[in-house]
Amino acid sequence: MLSRVAENIYWVGRYLERAENTARLLAANAALHLDLPRGITPAWEPLIAMAGAQDLFEAQHSDYSEPEVIRFMLGSEQNPSSILSSLRAARENARTIRDYMPREAWELINKHHLDAGERLDEGLSKRGRHEYLKRIILTTQTLNGMLAGTMNHDQGYHFLLLGRNIERADMTTRIIDVRTDGLLPLENSGLQAFETLQWVSLLRSLSAYQMYRRSMQARVRRGDVLLFLFQSADFPRSIRHNLCNIERSLKTLPNHESAIRILYQAKSRILSTPVEKMPCAPLHHFIDQVQIALDRVHDEISSAWFLPPH
Amino acid sequence: MKNIDWKTYEAGKVWDELIDTENRPRPHGEQLARLLAGMDADELASRQTAADLAIKEMGITFTVYSDETRGAIDRTWPFDIVPRIIAKNEWDTIEKGLKQRVTALNRFIDDLYHDQEIIRAGIIPREIIASSSNFRPQCVGISPRFGVWAHICGSDLVRDRDGTVYVLEDNLRVPSGVSYMLENRLVTKRVFPELFEDYAPLPVDDYPSQLYDALAALSPRDIEYPEMVVLTPGVYNSAYFEHSYLAQQMGCELVEGRDLYVDGDDCVYMRTVGGPARVDVIYRRVDDLFLDPEAFHPDSLLGVPGLLRAWKAGKVALANAPGAGVADDKVVYSYVPDIIEFYLGEKPVLPNVPTWRCMEPEALADTLANLENRVVKPANESGGYGMLVGSASTEKEREEFAKRLKQDPRNYIAQPVLGLSTVPTIVEKRMEPRHVDLRPFILSADQQQVTMGGLTRVALRQGSLVVNSSQGGGSKDTWIVPLR
Repeated sequence: MLSRVAENIYWVGRYLERAENTARLLAANAALHLDLPRGITPAWEPLIAMAGAQDLFEAQHSDYSEPEVIRFMLGSEQNPSSILSSLRAARENARTIRDYMPREAWELINKHHLDAGERLDEGLSKRGRHEYLKRIILTTQTLNGMLAGTMNHDQGYHFLLLGRNIERADMTTRIIDVRTDGLLPLENSGLQAFETLQWVSLLRSLSAYQMYRRSMQARVRRGDVLLFLFQSADFPRSIRHNLCNIERSLKTLPNHESAIRILYQAKSRILSTPVEKMPCAPLHHFIDQVQIALDRVHDEISSAWFLPPH
Repeated sequence: MKNIDWKTYEAGKVWDELIDTENRPRPHGEQLARLLAGMDADELASRQTAADLAIKEMGITFTVYSDETRGAIDRTWPFDIVPRIIAKNEWDTIEKGLKQRVTALNRFIDDLYHDQEIIRAGIIPREIIASSSNFRPQCVGISPRFGVWAHICGSDLVRDRDGTVYVLEDNLRVPSGVSYMLENRLVTKRVFPELFEDYAPLPVDDYPSQLYDALAALSPRDIEYPEMVVLTPGVYNSAYFEHSYLAQQMGCELVEGRDLYVDGDDCVYMRTVGGPARVDVIYRRVDDLFLDPEAFHPDSLLGVPGLLRAWKAGKVALANAPGAGVADDKVVYSYVPDIIEFYLGEKPVLPNVPTWRCMEPEALADTLANLENRVVKPANESGGYGMLVGSASTEKEREEFAKRLKQDPRNYIAQPVLGLSTVPTIVEKRMEPRHVDLRPFILSADQQQVTMGGLTRVALRQGSLVVNSSQGGGSKDTWIVPLR
């Protein structure tokens, strides 16, 4: 398989996953908003921080108001990680590999991007937002299912999975990061009663609430939530699960030794870290380390199989 | 709702492919005419809508360039559901003529890059070749396999008022359109299945496997599964849909220049996730001058440095061969009947359109005096760009064109305005005649194959003679049917 094609498929996987996770995060934040007592609003700034786009945002906006943040994350052309930008990038990458993908999958990616643009106003309105985000998530899931069910499970498919799993692991760490840090003004505010709500909301951002309940059989507590999201072997959005998927895909590819080595380092580090006991600051630092490790896996994939830069 | 009444169909003054001058269907079109007449206008319109929808869903597109959108946009392929029918016995003659023509053209190209006997024999003036923008000195002395340079040729045919079929031009560089020919048949089957009850048009869908065989025959390595690729300029090229379609149909890789490189052993490799893989045959859809920055345009990003070197060393086959476009020149076109005589000792089966070479002073004077009744074309453009259709021009346009013509007569030819034949076409629930041409594709390698029919392009605007999709043209399914 051509290196360029492998690279494009990988990015299709990443961008679709990015769009879906951004939609999940926005949906959960909006829902949390409705649960909190009047006068207390969840901060929107961390969402921008999560995308690493503070500079970009602040260059155009004077404050982090809800409508501005939503618009920026949903449909801003300037924000390369907005849902619309991600879908456009997924489509552009898919366009160049139409001969690799089942026809219906290309048609759905194309439609996904067009729909997201055409219905943007709906997504920006408070009433339509829930439906809009739900549709983004559902369509992406439909696509994932369609590709799983109709595409050859060959090298190309594994590059798609690599892109998806690396992005998913990365997004999961980002979501945990913003959700454990500064989301609610908890200190001295008499809002401790709402702490559980915050953790429920974190789980919901990852569609993990129900599965957490089933597998942990515990009430929603910080330590257990972190343990579940980092180390669950069963939950498909946990870091551990993603790393195992990455490992499986890597092993199907030729010349995978050095990428596997990098992955093992990351994996053993993550699995041996007692995240459940970590206070905020060390946890934040640890998440940084995980993201750096994921970047290294990406770099390794890129140098092993993608086209060399011009 | 009213049904179609062929009695009121106004075929106009030209040859209509379905209805004769007495408003009766031609023999091969009787059942089609009857079937269409049995449908009311709404029924027809709903079939057309179904076809348009199918095309949209199937994602059949072409790309047009536009300044307004700052780049390229994907348009769906305009298609009319009424097929164009040609009787098999007539087609047999056309097919014979096309094979003869392409055989002679390949001999001609091979000769030009070797001994130039045709010039020495005084048949073609040397200056035509010397001044041809498509002659590649880099190709002199090269001998591609089977002596074939133009492996894929798309020749444009038109039928004049009296029913004579002429060759309008030969496209020997990177002719496109064959994917639409194939898709048109699929769409017709989908939306008009009843038609196939009365007719069994000869199938067209073996083209990809014929193309595959022709390309495989060129492989420099004698191996069972030569590595073949389709080289595309990329996603913004107007024919990208076709490039990806053909790669898909042949089951070979669709590559861009950056996917390939030429190594020290002069072999071409593609960069794959398993490491370098040697490439044997490249069906290139990139123009000559962009193929290899070492040999041609140094700033081309589309090409592969060293590709010409690899080709010259016989380590890779290129289809079409670089330099084949020299016979694409419209001034050369005017000599094709002589070329056929010279190499094959035969009379041409298919006539050329009468052509004046503006480089000849008398022809230039005649052309300038009769611009209103001439089609004047630049020698080396394609896609219908830069030409003047005298009968459809304003006086100001003619004046400006005359200036250009006088400045560079070598670069122009003139032809009479032909009365391109028409085919009934659905226009706002009515049948109206629209002008068509026909582009069959001829494959040449160890053997020759001609597509069964070709791509019928139709000028959708009333009275228009311009069929190019980039300029408002559409297409029709083309049927070759045996007469019972």
